[in-house]
Amino acid sequence: MSVLPFLDVALALLVVGLAVWTIAARDLFASVVGYVAYGLLLALVWVRLYAPDVALTEAAVGSGVTGVLLITAGKRLGAARAGEAGPSPGLALKLFAGALALLVAGALVAIILILPDPAPSLAPQAAAAADGPGAGLGNPITAVLISYRSFDTMLEKVVLILAVLGVWSVGADKAWGAAPAPLGRRNPYGATVFLAQMLAPVGAVIGVHIFWVGADAPGGAFQGGALLAAMWMIAMMARITEPPRVDARWLRLALVAGPAVFLIAGLAGPLMAGSFFAFPHAFAKPIILFIEAFMLLSIAVALPALVAGPPNGRSE
Amino acid sequence: MMPPDPTTPGGALLVLAILLPCAGIILSFVLGGRNAERVALGLTPFGFALACAIAFHVASAGKPIVYALGGLAPPLGIALRADGVSAVMLVAAAVILTAAGFYARAKFATPEGGPESRSALTFWIMLQAIWAALTIIFVGGDLFNLYVALELLTFAAVPLVCIDGRPETLAAALRYLLFALFGSISYLLGVALFYGAYGTLDIPLLAQRVQSTPIVWLAAALMTGGLLAKTALFPLHLWLPPAHANAPAAASAVLSGLVVKGSFFLTLRLWFYVLPALSAAGAANILGALALAAIITGSVLALRQARLKLLIAYSTVAQIGYLFLVFPLATGAHVWSGIGWSAGVMQILAHAFAKAAMFLSAGLLAEALGHDQIARFAGAARALPMTFLTLGLGGLSLMGLPPSGGFSAKWLMLQASVASGQWVWTLPVLAGGLLAAGYVYRILTPALSEGDIMLKAPPKRSREAIALGLALIALALGFAPQGFFDLLEIGRPLAAGTLQ
Repeated sequence: MSVLPFLDVALALLVVGLAVWTIAARDLFASVVGYVAYGLLLALVWVRLYAPDVALTEAAVGSGVTGVLLITAGKRLGAARAGEAGPSPGLALKLFAGALALLVAGALVAIILILPDPAPSLAPQAAAAADGPGAGLGNPITAVLISYRSFDTMLEKVVLILAVLGVWSVGADKAWGAAPAPLGRRNPYGATVFLAQMLAPVGAVIGVHIFWVGADAPGGAFQGGALLAAMWMIAMMARITEPPRVDARWLRLALVAGPAVFLIAGLAGPLMAGSFFAFPHAFAKPIILFIEAFMLLSIAVALPALVAGPPNGRSE
Repeated sequence: MMPPDPTTPGGALLVLAILLPCAGIILSFVLGGRNAERVALGLTPFGFALACAIAFHVASAGKPIVYALGGLAPPLGIALRADGVSAVMLVAAAVILTAAGFYARAKFATPEGGPESRSALTFWIMLQAIWAALTIIFVGGDLFNLYVALELLTFAAVPLVCIDGRPETLAAALRYLLFALFGSISYLLGVALFYGAYGTLDIPLLAQRVQSTPIVWLAAALMTGGLLAKTALFPLHLWLPPAHANAPAAASAVLSGLVVKGSFFLTLRLWFYVLPALSAAGAANILGALALAAIITGSVLALRQARLKLLIAYSTVAQIGYLFLVFPLATGAHVWSGIGWSAGVMQILAHAFAKAAMFLSAGLLAEALGHDQIARFAGAARALPMTFLTLGLGGLSLMGLPPSGGFSAKWLMLQASVASGQWVWTLPVLAGGLLAAGYVYRILTPALSEGDIMLKAPPKRSREAIALGLALIALALGFAPQGFFDLLEIGRPLAAGTLQ
C-alpha cells in the first residue's frame, strides 16, 4: 500500500490548519507569514493534483508576490496607524461573516462530492482541434491561454494596466510623476543585499527559462514574469535599485507592451488566418512566443509596480 | 469533429467595438498628459458609430449577430453575440459615456503644455475602460469572458470614486472595492461549478444542458449573490450612496447610470439566457421581495437626505429595486412575460438617462453655489433655470409621470403584474412613484421659493445643454415606437424548450 494517500490527507489537514491560523492570528505579521506558508502548501496540493502550471503560479503569485505586498502594506499601515484605526467590527457582524463563510464552504463541499465523475472536459476536443490555430504547442495550458482563450488573456493584461493606474491614483496630487517610496531601509551590509546579489541573477535566468519552455512544458509568460518580478522586488528591497518614477516613458511602454502586441496580433488575425485572434498554422508557435515575450515583460514590471504603490515624492 | 464557425455577417463589428476602447486605454497610458483626453474624446464618435452599426445589423437581420474569436466555435473558443437588448444597451452606453466625457472636460482638461495630472489621467483612462467593460458585458457569450469584463468594470469604477482624493472618498472607494471583490469571487465560484458540471461556459450551450440539480442551483445562487452585491440591491446597497455621492459629477453619472446596470445585465443573462429551463418562480419571487424592500428603503432614505447628491444616490438604490421586478414579471413563457421583459429594459434605459442627467445637473449646481445643501437652495431655480429644468425633467421620469421612459416602464410593469395575477407587485410600483414624487418636490420646492442667491460662477451653457439633452432622451423614450419593442425581442429565449 502506498504512503501517498496518508501524505495527501496530512497535507490537506495542514492547509486547513494554516488557513484557520492565518485568520485567527492577532498579529498582522504573523498572519501574513501564515498566509505565505499557506500559499506554498497550496502549491504542493496543485502538484499532487497533476497541475504543475497552477502550482507554479500559486507559488509565485499567490504566495510570493502577494506575501511581499501584504508585508509592505502592513509596514506602511504600522507607520500610519497612530490613532487612525476605526472601531473593530462588532461580535454580531463577526458571527454573521463566520456563519456565511461556513454556509458557503459547507454547500461547496456537499456539491463537490456530487459533481459528475469523470468530469466533463474539453481536452479531447482540444486535441482533435490540434490541426487548428492552437497547433504547435505541447503545453495545453499555454494553448488555452494564448490560443483558445487568447481574448480573455489579452483583456486580463488590460486589467493589469488599470490595476497599476488604480494604485497610482490614490497618491497625492503634488507627488504625481515621482517615484513610489523605497521598499526597504538602506543597509549596505545587510543580509538582504547579499541575498539579492546572489539570488536575483539566478532567479532572472530561471524566470526566462520558465517562459521559454512554457510552450511545451509547464511554465509560461505568467509564471516566468512573476519570477522576474520577484527578483526585481528583492533587488528593490535590498535598495540595489529603486522603484522607477511613474511618469517614466520606458515604464509605461513596458506595462502596455504585452496587451498592445497582443491586440495588434489579434487585429492582424483576419489578414493572417481569416479571423480576429487567429494565428496562421505554419507560424503559430513563433507568433505565440513573440506575444508571450512582451507579456512576460509587462507582468515582470506590473507586479513590482503594484507592490511599490503610489508615487510618494519623498526619498525615505 | 469541430462544430461549424457560427460567425454571422457584421460579427466583426463586435470585436472592433471592444478593441477600440482597449486601444484607447493603451494609447492614453503611454502618451499621457493632454493626449489621454484627446484620445478618449477623439474615439467617442467611432465608438458611437460602431454601436449604431451593430444595432442596425441586428435590427435588419432580425436575429443576433455572432462572432467566434479565432474562428473557433464554442465550446472550445469564445463567441460574442449581440441580440436586441445588447444593441440597445450599446447605443445607450455610447451616448451617456460620450456626454459624460464632454461634460467632464471642464474639470479634467490638461492645459496646453501643462504637466500631466493624477486625476485627469485616471479619469480619461477609466472612462474608456468602463466603455470597454460594458461593451464586453453586453455582447459577451461566455461566462468566464464575462467575468473578465466584470473585473475590468470594477477596476475602472473604483478609482473613479476616490478621484478627488479626500479621506471620505477613499473610505467610500475601499468599501465599494470590498463589496465588488466579494461579488467577483462569488460569481467566479459559480462559473467554476458550471464548468465542472457541464464542461462548457458558452451561454447557449449551457442553456441546452442545464437541469434542475443542486449544482446548478448553488452555482446560480453564488453568481446571483455576487452580482447583487455589485448591483447594490437591498440589503447589499450600503456601499452605493457614499461611493456615488462622493465621485465627481461626470463619474457619478456613469457609475449610477451605467456601471450598476452592467452587473444587473449579467443577472438578466444568467436567469433568462443560461437558466430559462429552470422553473425559477421561487427565486424570482425572492428577488421581487428584495426589490420591494429596495424601493421603499431607498425612497424613504432619499427623502431624508440633506445633500442633493446623496439624495440622488439613494434614489438610485430605489430605482435599482424597480429593475429587479423584471424577475417576477418576466420569468417563464407566458403571454405577459414579454411585457415584463420590455418593462425591465425600458426601466434600465429610462433610469440610465434620467439619473445621468440629474447627477450632471447636481454637479453644475454644486459648482455654481459652492454647496449642495437642499435647505439653502432658495432662489436657485431663478438663477439656474436650465439646470433645474433638467432636474425636474429627470425627476418626472423617476416619478413615472407621462410622457417619459419612466412612465412607460412603470405602465408596462403594472400591465404585467395585472395580466399575471401578481397583484402584489403593483404595490411597490405605485408606492415608489409617490415616494419619488416626494423627494423630487423636496429638491424643487425650496429652489422655486423666493430668495437671494449668490452664484460663485455661472455654469457653462454647453454643460447645461449636455445634461438637458440626456433628460430629454429619458422623456423621448416614452414615445418609443413598436419597432423599438420588437428589437428588444430579438434573441430572447422565449421559454423552456424553445431556445434559439
